[in-house]
Amino acid sequence: MSVEIKNLSHTYSEGSPFEFKALKDINLTIEDGSFIGIIGHTGSGKSTLIQHLNGLLTPTSGTVLVDGKDIFETKKTELIQLRHQIGLVFQYPEHQLFEETVQKDVAFGPRNQGLTEDEIDQRVRQSIKMVGLDFDAIKDKSPFELSGGQMRRVAIAGVLAMEPAVLILDEPTAGLDPRGREEILAQIKSLHRQKQITVILVSHSMEDIGKMVDKILVMNEGEVVFYDTPNRVFTEISTLERIGLAVPEVTYLMRRLKDKYPEIREDIFTVEAAKKEILKVIRG
Amino acid sequence: MIMDSKKRMIDVQDVYFKYPHNNENESVVALDGVSLHIEKGEFVGIIGHNGSGKSTLSKLLNAIIFPTQGDVIVSGLNTKDHESLWTIRQTAGMVFQNPDNQLVATIVEEDVAFGPENLGVPPQEIRERVDRALAVVEMQAYAHQKPHQLSGGQKQRIAIAGILAMEPECIIFDEPTAMLDPSGRREVMETIKRLNRDKEMTVIHITHFMEEIVDADRIIVLDKGKVVMEGEPRTIFKQVKRLKEIGLDVPQMTELAYELRSAGLEIADDVLSIEEMVDVLCQ
Repeated sequence: MSVEIKNLSHTYSEGSPFEFKALKDINLTIEDGSFIGIIGHTGSGKSTLIQHLNGLLTPTSGTVLVDGKDIFETKKTELIQLRHQIGLVFQYPEHQLFEETVQKDVAFGPRNQGLTEDEIDQRVRQSIKMVGLDFDAIKDKSPFELSGGQMRRVAIAGVLAMEPAVLILDEPTAGLDPRGREEILAQIKSLHRQKQITVILVSHSMEDIGKMVDKILVMNEGEVVFYDTPNRVFTEISTLERIGLAVPEVTYLMRRLKDKYPEIREDIFTVEAAKKEILKVIRG
Repeated sequence: MIMDSKKRMIDVQDVYFKYPHNNENESVVALDGVSLHIEKGEFVGIIGHNGSGKSTLSKLLNAIIFPTQGDVIVSGLNTKDHESLWTIRQTAGMVFQNPDNQLVATIVEEDVAFGPENLGVPPQEIRERVDRALAVVEMQAYAHQKPHQLSGGQKQRIAIAGILAMEPECIIFDEPTAMLDPSGRREVMETIKRLNRDKEMTVIHITHFMEEIVDADRIIVLDKGKVVMEGEPRTIFKQVKRLKEIGLDVPQMTELAYELRSAGLEIADDVLSIEEMVDVLCQ
């Protein structure tokens, strides 16, 4: 499913003394099946943007086309259908768990989609498995007796159970320990590969973004600064720093090493790539 | 011994803590015989995966919960002694993950004044303490602003100022940067380091970001409710394999040095920063 954002602007509290332009004339296309990372400091417009993608917020001007269809022109019933296809995992999604058991919680979305009990059961089993949890061991537990990382996964499973064609995740690894981070990211990656869905990942971790995505969308003060591959974006160190962002540590290292090894590549943002490049220039 | 107790900020003596488990008769052991000590003026990093007992430990230090067995001594006072409760909470201040859950007032300076007001500090002195605290976190210019208009990093600095206004001897930071963007994280870490360096504040910093504690005096690693490693950052982080086994990370530069060594390059195994890596590779 492709998403096209056209001349999108959003102003909060328009006409009041608290008027705030959160998005200013955004234009971009997210291709079907791509994996996009969104970065930008707090208040740059990231959350406002993603809330437009499934119609939670209505634009002040401009619009969003999903598979060519204007989501703000469609009838309300159609919009609801569309929302089911665009899964949004909010920050700290575990705060939204509410059911008595894990199984019931994950079933909530598909049940609202009007599926049969058999279909619901199958979706619940599948999505719990997809987030790396053992269905039989966990299904009857209360979501509230799980660890933080497990709760986060159950919440993500609840969105996956609706089988969205576009999956948007707002900082899915915030507050998790290193292993929890790795696991969730690996699951998102394999989900993207297996189901070939479009994934949009909002993150503050440049390292995670660098490892995962095809393209990075950099936002600042409601505008798009860059929308390009990690290689191109992460070499714009001074612009990124000026807008309160940073690049992965290894990227800084490569730049520093350039004095001694002028031939060293700078478009490096993972430890793995840095290792290869350093070995190459040192060993000649 | 007398010298020791004067310098000692926190003493955790063979502490066990069990959480009752719902609907079954078993209980969950969160801390399983932990002994550690923190000296006055130290900057100690605590790491461990979720569920390793870090947060339980921090709540014990602040007398929010009490050991099932063993003792927690804060500045010479036992947290089991109910008479000392308020003194202990004032001595060991705490800053949590979510800045939005810690700010209570509608104006920044009123928020910072909330703590000392509750302690019954005279108004004139509250004024002085609030000004001082805001100056330390470099937020004087925002004294009359509304907290919800601030960035995450600024809110967290206000939360720190609110703790400083109670004049604690020690501050426990429980993942204070987990919800912040890179610039917010930098602001908060600079503030924490400055408090330790310039104000000689004892700092206990619990985090999942290894880069934040490369300049700590000491790092304590918790796993399954036990202290499994303890030492200077350099000696802890060079044990890359062991840390990864218990689900933790190392700073990116330490990992890169480890990887380069594994590939046969003869370089030091205790590289912590970009600076050190540049030196090692360019010598």
